[in-house]
Amino acid sequence: MYLLILWLPLLGSIFSGFLGRFLGHKGSGTISVVCVFSSMILSLIAFYEVGFMGLNHCIVLSPWIEVGIFKISWSFLFDSLTVTMLVVITVISTLVHLYSLEYMQIDPHLPRFMAFLEIFTFFMLVLVTADNLVQMFVGWEGVGLASYLLINFWFTRLAANQSAIKALVVNRIGDFGLSLGILTVFYIFQSVDYFIIFSLSPLFSNYHLNFGGINISGITLIGVFLFIGAVGKSAQLGLHTWLPDAMEGPTPVSALIHAATMVTAGVFLLIRFSPLIEFSSSVLNILVLFGSLTAFFAGMSGIFQNDLKRVIAYSTCSQLGYMIFACGISCYNVSMFHLANHAFFKALLFLSAGSVIHALANEQDMRKMGSLIKFLPLTYSLMLIGSLALAGFPFLTGFYSKDFILELTQVTLNKNVHSIEGAFACWLGNLSVFFTAFYSFRLIYLTFINSVSTTRIIILKSHEPSLLMLIPLIILGFGSIFIGYLGKDLFIGLGTDFWKSSIIILPSNSYFMEAEWLKINLKWLPFILSVLGIVLATIINVTRIHIYLYNTFYRSICFLINKKWYWDVLYNRFFVYPILNFGYLVSFKNLDRGFIELLGPYGFSKIVPTWSHTFSRLQTGQLSHYLFFIVLGACLFFLIIFNQIQLLVFYSVLIFFI
Amino acid sequence: MLVYINNTNTSILLFLISVLGIFLNQKNILVMLMSLEMMFLSISFNLIFASIYLDDITGQIFSLLILTVAAAESSIGLAILVIYYRIRSVITVELMHLMKG
Repeated sequence: MYLLILWLPLLGSIFSGFLGRFLGHKGSGTISVVCVFSSMILSLIAFYEVGFMGLNHCIVLSPWIEVGIFKISWSFLFDSLTVTMLVVITVISTLVHLYSLEYMQIDPHLPRFMAFLEIFTFFMLVLVTADNLVQMFVGWEGVGLASYLLINFWFTRLAANQSAIKALVVNRIGDFGLSLGILTVFYIFQSVDYFIIFSLSPLFSNYHLNFGGINISGITLIGVFLFIGAVGKSAQLGLHTWLPDAMEGPTPVSALIHAATMVTAGVFLLIRFSPLIEFSSSVLNILVLFGSLTAFFAGMSGIFQNDLKRVIAYSTCSQLGYMIFACGISCYNVSMFHLANHAFFKALLFLSAGSVIHALANEQDMRKMGSLIKFLPLTYSLMLIGSLALAGFPFLTGFYSKDFILELTQVTLNKNVHSIEGAFACWLGNLSVFFTAFYSFRLIYLTFINSVSTTRIIILKSHEPSLLMLIPLIILGFGSIFIGYLGKDLFIGLGTDFWKSSIIILPSNSYFMEAEWLKINLKWLPFILSVLGIVLATIINVTRIHIYLYNTFYRSICFLINKKWYWDVLYNRFFVYPILNFGYLVSFKNLDRGFIELLGPYGFSKIVPTWSHTFSRLQTGQLSHYLFFIVLGACLFFLIIFNQIQLLVFYSVLIFFI
Repeated sequence: MLVYINNTNTSILLFLISVLGIFLNQKNILVMLMSLEMMFLSISFNLIFASIYLDDITGQIFSLLILTVAAAESSIGLAILVIYYRIRSVITVELMHLMKG
């Protein structure tokens, strides 16, 4: 049953991919939905068995690589962490599959789309169920590949191809870090099995690698490499540029990539490796710094984006920042809880955005929308639920995880904690709550409430999507409301034994108890900030005082934020183009086609004719010259005979100059 | 003893002179042939001295053979020269450069 969770999506993918032309749209759609739905049911059962009943499973399927002490087998680990991810992935994936049946109805390549979605799900499941790093890496790379295939699903579009390549290449940078991490793990622990690594990591907490005279803590090195992997996959600051561009794919793809699967892989990796990175405070500090910066930066970039999907993409990036710094302050279970909750409301937001885009004939620009509340009331309500959940409105899903993360950071502000990073994360996290609320409601206002700014034809044709699209939306809407409340005690309740040994938090790093007894005004702070954001968005959009438009200062700030702080431009100018130029000018033109060619075939083919011409010109046809060479040769012969090597060299030099 | 060595030296000197005669001569092919003959002569001369010095008849036999070979060689060489002269009507060495490399 446990393995069926994995095989079913693979089976569906093979069926709808290879037999798509025989099955047709309906057939391949049905098969893939049935497959992934059964997988969801099975993973719910697995969640019940593993999570509630406490029956951890590790299924060893077959040996894979055995070289000396390096032994890897295909084996699947089902513990609390894995089954939580399983449920999140399969539920979101099922709903996305259902949704895309309708959304991609008139697309001629629906079977291919279904196959890609399914292979994505499969690789994600491989990623989360792996019990060793190499098998996890299979899923990791497979997810990257599937994201490439999905982002440029409409492969005739230039922008889609470009952003797919960008997604793959930027991810690959992180993957390189991760593979270095795997090598380091093997070097230090002599194994890549999770069980072995995690049981040995306390022993190796003082292990130092001597690296060119510098002692580096082995655990820190591994943690940093794993974090680089997570930076790529989870779009943290530095390698986040692929995420907004990945919006070129169809909307269900965005929902799948950004809500449940791909971007959560990095966070999952860090949570999975909690028994290891707990022993390195510097890695935790890096996580806190990068996570909070990402949360802040992405939240800020989101506020002036005009593309409906990009706003949500930036909010994903921002929420991933929350998850990462929640890991950094050693609250892995809260991070995981936020991941699960975020999957629900982010999938809801993306799919409602898809519904809006669907209704408006593929218009994505928010400036060309408005007043859709009258035409799409249901979508509006769902989007509002999603936005409120995202903004952390009390008693919705986001509140239980996001606010708890912020409360945990508030604890680090206490004077006896001495955590500067924690304070940093606290302030940036709180600020990004404000931004989150602001852009969520800016989106609501621009899309649904403000007056219309699109053409009459489009507006007249706009309609609520059919039931097939609404069912996933409604399910996700309920999820966004209730999942947080239902899951709170299970995942992050005080003294919950749900996680058992899958997450390890050192007692010295844990602040759960303190977070429960914060001052009441600190507990209210995130809510106040998000209400402030909502109010500001309302003021700007209702009263139509565009304070940020008619002022040079605000305009430049606005422009800067809209251009995402020029990350892409700077990257292109200082990394991409120099590297491309280096590749073309230095390594291609000067080295490959230049130097090596000169030493190799080209140079020889130039030298041999000139030299042979010179030598053949020695034969002038004059008898006396021939005689000269005969005599010279005789002399040389005698010199060789009498071993006068120095003289020989002298004469050869002489000949050469003649 | 000294007398023999001087004789050897004379023959070697003769040989070198003939080599130089071939070597430095740019014009006349007849002089070349004559130098060639002188070369043979010096060599056979040398062989004869060696045979006397070593008290061995082989050197003299060899010199007699060389005389025969030299006669045959010079006759063939002169014959080639005559044919060449018949075609080109000139025997200057400098002008023999049809076989350029």
